[in-house]
Amino acid sequence: MSTATLDRDRPTPDQLRRVTSRERWRFLLLVLPALAPVALLLILPFGWLTWLSITDTAGQVSAENYILLAEQPATLKIFAATFRISLIVTLLCALLGYPLAYMLAMLPPRIAAVCLLAVILPFWTSILVRTYAWMVLLARRGILNEALQDSGLIDQPLRLMHNEVGTVIGMTHIMLPFLILPLYATMSSIDRAYIRAGASLGATPMRVFWKVYFPLTLPGLFGGLCFVFVLCLGFYITPALLGGGRVQMISMVIERSVTFNAGWGPAGALGLILVVMTTTVLAIAWMLGRGRRP
Amino acid sequence: MYEDHVRPRQRIPLYILGGIIMLLLIVPSMIVVPMSFSGSDFLEFPPREWSLRWYSTYFHSGTWLDATAISLTAAIFTALFATILGTLAAYGLRLLGRGLSPLLLAALTMPLTVPVILIAIGIFYVYARIGLVNTMTGLVLAHTMMAIPFVVVVVFSRLQSFDLNQVRVAESLGSNPARSFILIVLPQLRFSIISGALLAFLTSFDEVIIALFISGGSQSTLTRVMFTNLRDQVDPTIAAVASMLNVISVLLVVVFQMIEARDRRALSKSTS
Repeated sequence: MSTATLDRDRPTPDQLRRVTSRERWRFLLLVLPALAPVALLLILPFGWLTWLSITDTAGQVSAENYILLAEQPATLKIFAATFRISLIVTLLCALLGYPLAYMLAMLPPRIAAVCLLAVILPFWTSILVRTYAWMVLLARRGILNEALQDSGLIDQPLRLMHNEVGTVIGMTHIMLPFLILPLYATMSSIDRAYIRAGASLGATPMRVFWKVYFPLTLPGLFGGLCFVFVLCLGFYITPALLGGGRVQMISMVIERSVTFNAGWGPAGALGLILVVMTTTVLAIAWMLGRGRRP
Repeated sequence: MYEDHVRPRQRIPLYILGGIIMLLLIVPSMIVVPMSFSGSDFLEFPPREWSLRWYSTYFHSGTWLDATAISLTAAIFTALFATILGTLAAYGLRLLGRGLSPLLLAALTMPLTVPVILIAIGIFYVYARIGLVNTMTGLVLAHTMMAIPFVVVVVFSRLQSFDLNQVRVAESLGSNPARSFILIVLPQLRFSIISGALLAFLTSFDEVIIALFISGGSQSTLTRVMFTNLRDQVDPTIAAVASMLNVISVLLVVVFQMIEARDRRALSKSTS
């Protein structure tokens, strides 16, 4: 008899499921308000822009915008410049970022924490301030040119900005923390027993580094590089200022198309191509990162 | 623990190289500080005569001061809204568990992965149709969307180590969900929420591209005024503005580090 009452009080699986699903709806309600701005200001307009890019001026579905893009010789130059600059900046970030991250990982934690501020501080400084600093340094009569001329190394001032050189220098400075921070996180999680094991088995420090340590840092390095590359592809501020209008990257063509000609179709087409490129790179990085994890 | 097979002396080249790279990271933005105290009509390094004239120009210029006020207002409201919405969303994600939350997290962090220029023209397109261009409401709404991911990521990662049984115990003792959230969850999240709020403030205050499209006239942000200034004709006042922004970043980093250190201490105390 007592078991019968217990059975009656116990919720049936169906009731339980209903309670859980009601609970899940309540949890979802906590997330929805934060999701609303993304839906309204990102997903909806992006859908619109995509639609505008695949219709012509009469509102008919057509590939006109894409065909026009493909036919213009300027398009190829813009994409080439975007990829060239992004690749060079990513490469420079690897060359400068790896040694610094490695040094931070090798230092005792207390000293590393202080040195890490050198990476975090630029991260918190406005991109405009940092770009302005490079304009001051690289200008025709800027600090660098004056110093080089005073020291007699050059007679004529070098052209360091309003071209790709200045753009690459400024962008590298801005992207560097984005590579160092994830790379340092990977490096400081590597077990030093591996290094000691390699050394105790008789390998030289160089050999231990290249055969043991470097391969272990590859996931972090690759993830950071992909992230930097994606950020470079869509970057606007620094190329617009340090490029002085002479450097044309995809983002600047999109901006010009909208502000000067209200060309939403062409801008949408370029934007869609840009998003497909960045998503592809991020997806590859994500899959490789997941594959490497044990 | 740090005795390696490499002697410290052998690391000297690495330390020199690392030191140079660290200088390359810090020095450029610091160089504008001495220049901002120049007394002549154009900026020079090092200044031949020192003065506060560019600071005085800034504090007497309607354009610069108005733009600063607009940026500060937008940043404060953005921090407020993004922190509330982001914290609730992070808690919701934690409660939802494994099934849905990765997908929702991906959707919430989309503003970080989509190129900002695209987000900017998209928002401009929407705002032009509903009359939100050049309004504070529009600016705060757009910046809130950009800032929510930072709050969500910071708070959500802290919630990973939060034991949900605490909430279950409270509710089995008769507490309601809102009460247990305020009395049990919020106090433990306070440091992450402050970090998230700081990040949200800075996201709005430093944001350039969206402001370039949707803020203008009397609603121009500081970054917009700075950008057009740098692009068209460089007014030396900008050196003073940049120096003050540098000081603010240094202060924010110090505050942020202090919060993180306190959070770590609080966490180790609660787990030991």
